[in-house]
Amino acid sequence: MRFMTIYKPGEETTTPPTQEHIAAMGKFIEELAKSGVLIQTDGLQHSSKGARVRLNADGTFKITDGPFTEAKEVIGGYAIIDVKSKAEAIELTKRFLKVAGGGESEVREMHDQPAYDARSASPSQFADAAQARLQQEATR
Amino acid sequence: MSDVNRAIDAVWRIESPRLIAGLARITGDVGLAEDLAQDALVAALERWPQTGVPDNPGAWLMATAKHRAIDMHRRSKRIERKHEQIGHELDAQQEMSVSDLDAALDDDIGDDLLRLMFTACHPVLSQEARVALTLRLLGGLTTDEIARAFVVPEATVAQRIVRAKRTLSEARVPFEVPRGSDRDARLSSVLGVIYLVFNEGYSATAGEDWVRPALCEDALRLGRILAELSPNEPEVHGLVGLMEIQASRLRARTGPKGEPILLLDQDRGKWDQLLIRRGLAALARAEQLGGARGPYALQAAIVACHARARTADETDWERIVALYDALAELTPSPIVELNRAVAVSMAYGPALGLELVDALRSEPALRSYHLLPSVRGDLLMKLGRHGEAKPEFDHAASLTRNSRERELLLERSRKAAAGISGAQ
Repeated sequence: MRFMTIYKPGEETTTPPTQEHIAAMGKFIEELAKSGVLIQTDGLQHSSKGARVRLNADGTFKITDGPFTEAKEVIGGYAIIDVKSKAEAIELTKRFLKVAGGGESEVREMHDQPAYDARSASPSQFADAAQARLQQEATR
Repeated sequence: MSDVNRAIDAVWRIESPRLIAGLARITGDVGLAEDLAQDALVAALERWPQTGVPDNPGAWLMATAKHRAIDMHRRSKRIERKHEQIGHELDAQQEMSVSDLDAALDDDIGDDLLRLMFTACHPVLSQEARVALTLRLLGGLTTDEIARAFVVPEATVAQRIVRAKRTLSEARVPFEVPRGSDRDARLSSVLGVIYLVFNEGYSATAGEDWVRPALCEDALRLGRILAELSPNEPEVHGLVGLMEIQASRLRARTGPKGEPILLLDQDRGKWDQLLIRRGLAALARAEQLGGARGPYALQAAIVACHARARTADETDWERIVALYDALAELTPSPIVELNRAVAVSMAYGPALGLELVDALRSEPALRSYHLLPSVRGDLLMKLGRHGEAKPEFDHAASLTRNSRERELLLERSRKAAAGISGAQ
């Protein structure tokens, strides 16, 4: 069964994560990859770089540039995991949140067919990419 | 199942391979390690419903299993050599806190898992025993799940596992990753077991029991673990690439009524792009490591040709023929030849393909293989020789054991018959 876990940190800070935090997260992701369950994961950049696009009932679009004000709802990252049960997805999410140090994750089972394309990478490359992303944010 | 029991089940799936692997290193005995791990699970099932799942369930299970080992060690006066070893290690570690223990274990977990894989797939065991033991110890599957997946009685699987553990113990198989000249043969045994599990699931995707197709996921998980633990082995990445790409088509392989849909007729929009990309990346890794000509990497390269083609017409059949040439040279087999004949017919026309297929008709290994007459029927149809095609489809239908496939073949037989009357 494939699940997507969507992480909401609960607050959007501009303070870079500490080296310890980066290292701990890197190690967690590496272990996830080593247990064979991690399909893909990534963190998202600050919502000030993003936008919301809405289709109104009258057929017009409304584009709202970030940052998004309701920080509780802002998504910080996601992971796609292949596990045997929802309970297993929840257990792994608990472990992730402990390493993340707070916030909330939504755990959602995916339909058979992922609706989007992912970039190509091996599990270790995912771990590397996530770490690189954290570092990139740290140096911004 | 209550929430706590579900949580325990999940923790067991996540932790049991590392738990058993760690205990096997300490005790040097895979069977004993699994018994100790099971005891810890039983203790968790007793305690956690009252106390809740502990903060670090993996460490809790490990500490419990070790205490259990100490008890056994103290109680038994007739100590075996192995138990003495446990005693030494455990005495030294008794003073450690749970978190220390966890950290100490963490260092070696990757190596331990790799040792466990090589041990479970040891050539001293029969192929069936290797499969059962690997799924049980590394896949975290229950005996019942393994039995259902392979459509054999549960008692048979239980027996197989007990015997396998005894064999390993009696043969004093060391708990280690083989080095030197032995390594390649041992690695291909591990790869063979994983691929067998995958194929068992892949060929059963039209089955009624979800446990069978789930074997594909189990095999993929095992392959991904192996790829992480031995990142420099090209054939490991070749196998993972092959499985990822094959699995990408799982959902397109059957129609709404469970009927099989052949590769070239599949809706490519249903192919799982995420798995395809992972598969292509794994194949690229195998090639970077200099393993493009390994048997798994070659097969991965063949399925990659299909995965890269946006439509069936865009398939690079000439490249597929070349890859089959290489595969036939490396691992000659009539099945490879048959596949090669299909590729040749697509690249260079049905007449050439038919020549190759006809040469295989006297092959004893293919005498009861339904795909031989099925392919021959297809080629004859393409050449407009409907009258000759019909008996081939009928023959193929009589050979297959899969009822869905039989229906498909009989339908083609009817089409061939219609073709005959249409031509008249």
